[in-house]
Amino acid sequence: MADRLRAVAKVEQKGTLSKSDLREFFREMLLIRRFEEKVEERFRAGDLPGFLHVGIGQEAVAVGVCRALEEGDIIASTHRAHGHTLAKGTTPNELMAELYGKLEGCSHGYGGSMHLYDIERGNMGANAVVGGGLPAITGAALAFKLRGEPRVAVAFFGDGATNIGTFHESLNLAQLWEVPAVFVCENNHWAESTPARQHMPIEDVSQRAVAFGMKAVKVDGQDVEAVHKATRRALEHARGGKGPVFLAVDTYRLVGHYIGDPQVYRSKEEIAEVRETQDPIEHLRAKLQLADDEVEEIDREVQEIVEAAVEFAKNGTDPKPEDALKNIYA
Amino acid sequence: MSKGQSLGHVPCPLPMPELSYREAVRDALARAMREDEDVFIMGEDIAEMGGSMGVTQGMVDEFGPERVRNTPISEMALAGAAIGAAMQGMRPVAEIMYEDFLTLATEQIVNQAAKHRYMSGGQLTVPVTFRTQGGAGWSPGAQHAQQLESWFVHIPGLKVVFASTPTDVRGLLWSAIYDDNPVVFFEHRTLYGIKENVPDELEPIPLGQARVHREGEDVTVIATGRLVHESLAAAQEAEQEGISVEVVDPRTLQPLDEDALISSVKKTNRCVVAHEAVTRGGFSAEVASVIQYSAFDWLDAPIERVGAKFAPLPFAPVMEEFVVPHSADVLAAVRRTVGRRTNGD
Repeated sequence: MADRLRAVAKVEQKGTLSKSDLREFFREMLLIRRFEEKVEERFRAGDLPGFLHVGIGQEAVAVGVCRALEEGDIIASTHRAHGHTLAKGTTPNELMAELYGKLEGCSHGYGGSMHLYDIERGNMGANAVVGGGLPAITGAALAFKLRGEPRVAVAFFGDGATNIGTFHESLNLAQLWEVPAVFVCENNHWAESTPARQHMPIEDVSQRAVAFGMKAVKVDGQDVEAVHKATRRALEHARGGKGPVFLAVDTYRLVGHYIGDPQVYRSKEEIAEVRETQDPIEHLRAKLQLADDEVEEIDREVQEIVEAAVEFAKNGTDPKPEDALKNIYA
Repeated sequence: MSKGQSLGHVPCPLPMPELSYREAVRDALARAMREDEDVFIMGEDIAEMGGSMGVTQGMVDEFGPERVRNTPISEMALAGAAIGAAMQGMRPVAEIMYEDFLTLATEQIVNQAAKHRYMSGGQLTVPVTFRTQGGAGWSPGAQHAQQLESWFVHIPGLKVVFASTPTDVRGLLWSAIYDDNPVVFFEHRTLYGIKENVPDELEPIPLGQARVHREGEDVTVIATGRLVHESLAAAQEAEQEGISVEVVDPRTLQPLDEDALISSVKKTNRCVVAHEAVTRGGFSAEVASVIQYSAFDWLDAPIERVGAKFAPLPFAPVMEEFVVPHSADVLAAVRRTVGRRTNGD
């Protein structure tokens, strides 16, 4: 299916990544990038309601983690959820339709950018409350353990979330009960506009997990292969009944907190520098030594997918106003 | 009587063991856990200690520590973990030791449990029950006895139960566990010891069904929790004065059995709404609004509200007794609806 992000299934399950696997990761990361750029464009054009957070710069985390998951594994995401959602298998059509508020959207128009769900594909929802999804991931992992199911629950969250109570309570509980969970801290060094030095008295966020006795691993989040390998090991650990793992993933947000963020809190030079040096897609392109025409071909393909998603979304079905009163109770 | 029966008088020939309210809660939990592996309970001090109110005493011996799960003092995570397990199809019952500590779990209950189904466009259910208890009368002070049920009635997506008798608490808790929605289940601290003969068979009580405890002709008292018992006492006194009082317990605050309340008031033409919670912003305001809108032409007197005075709960017994309502307050309100005065009115 041309509109499916997951064009190649489970390439990563062989243990080592081949060049073609990484080429597929490149394609997926580029698709997420082009998707996010299109979202920015359509938002600025006034097509999209609400407010939006794009994950430009953090694509390697989404793809590296989600490509390591196995059937039955679940995720919970954050307000910056588009990349995770696509990487977990929701189609660009379904995601774009959600951003347009259509019934065909992955949350049927009830959720929006910050509340993306795809239960069938193991996405338990993006959360607009920072740290809000961590306790439920702990509980889901407890359910897997109680039922003896070989599944792992994975929480995404940012460095900013490590200051909130749910983070500490969830990590404590998860380690105490040794549940099969992986906590993926996407440390992009900014809690909205607040730099880490203003919100954390320590430099190494993984110390917070160590304090709970949890296995903690530091990963270069701009290297998709490294993210993928670390995630696979973490999943193996958790699935093997050895308890949860904390992944401290160092990454960069190459854009503002939200679309339209003037980023008064960081200099233009800093933004230019991280864009120049910390683009995970450029890193992978260099690593794979992809030829220009090869990249152009992939780019053309993913841009077509994104354009088709916009068309699909625009032609989607508007909910009826009174649909607002459905789905409140089961 | 259309629904339910008087306390202590159950016209049923089946074996009728006597259960306390505490034992009735335990009975519902244990029966559900015996029948269904997906039901488990967790909370602070609920295993060996049996919970701060002794409700889960002995359960760890029968079901083991995996299913009678002690948690750290960690309301956000224990509430949220219950939500997460429920989203995977289990039916967890999380005990929040005191209602006051619901404040710590409220983000998870209000933003997460209540809204996951909605925000996903109906893709999932969250069949979790949050059991909690509160209530004054034993001088715990301001942080161990509040009545906060009205907060949760305000949240679409939650169901709210407040049980006042052993039979009710057992049948309602069973229904809460097997409801596919998140339920906040309120028990009252001072009712754990009351006893009642209950049928051997557990009869589930549907959520959203009121119970008429006592039929009457002149005034309807709609009461919840401890105030059901205070109102029944007030009704007996009123009867000595020739005032016939009907006492109705909604039992479920959301969904609310509006029809039962409205039809009772249309019969009696007068209404008192009573709860232990602070009157201002209390659940009685919602009930009064429903009644005045739907039975305005039937009302012969303003709707009276009985609740706690607008103060945190004080420690000294004389002050605590002054703040929270008792049967005398219900009786005074009943008298006012029929144009009679009580000393001080």
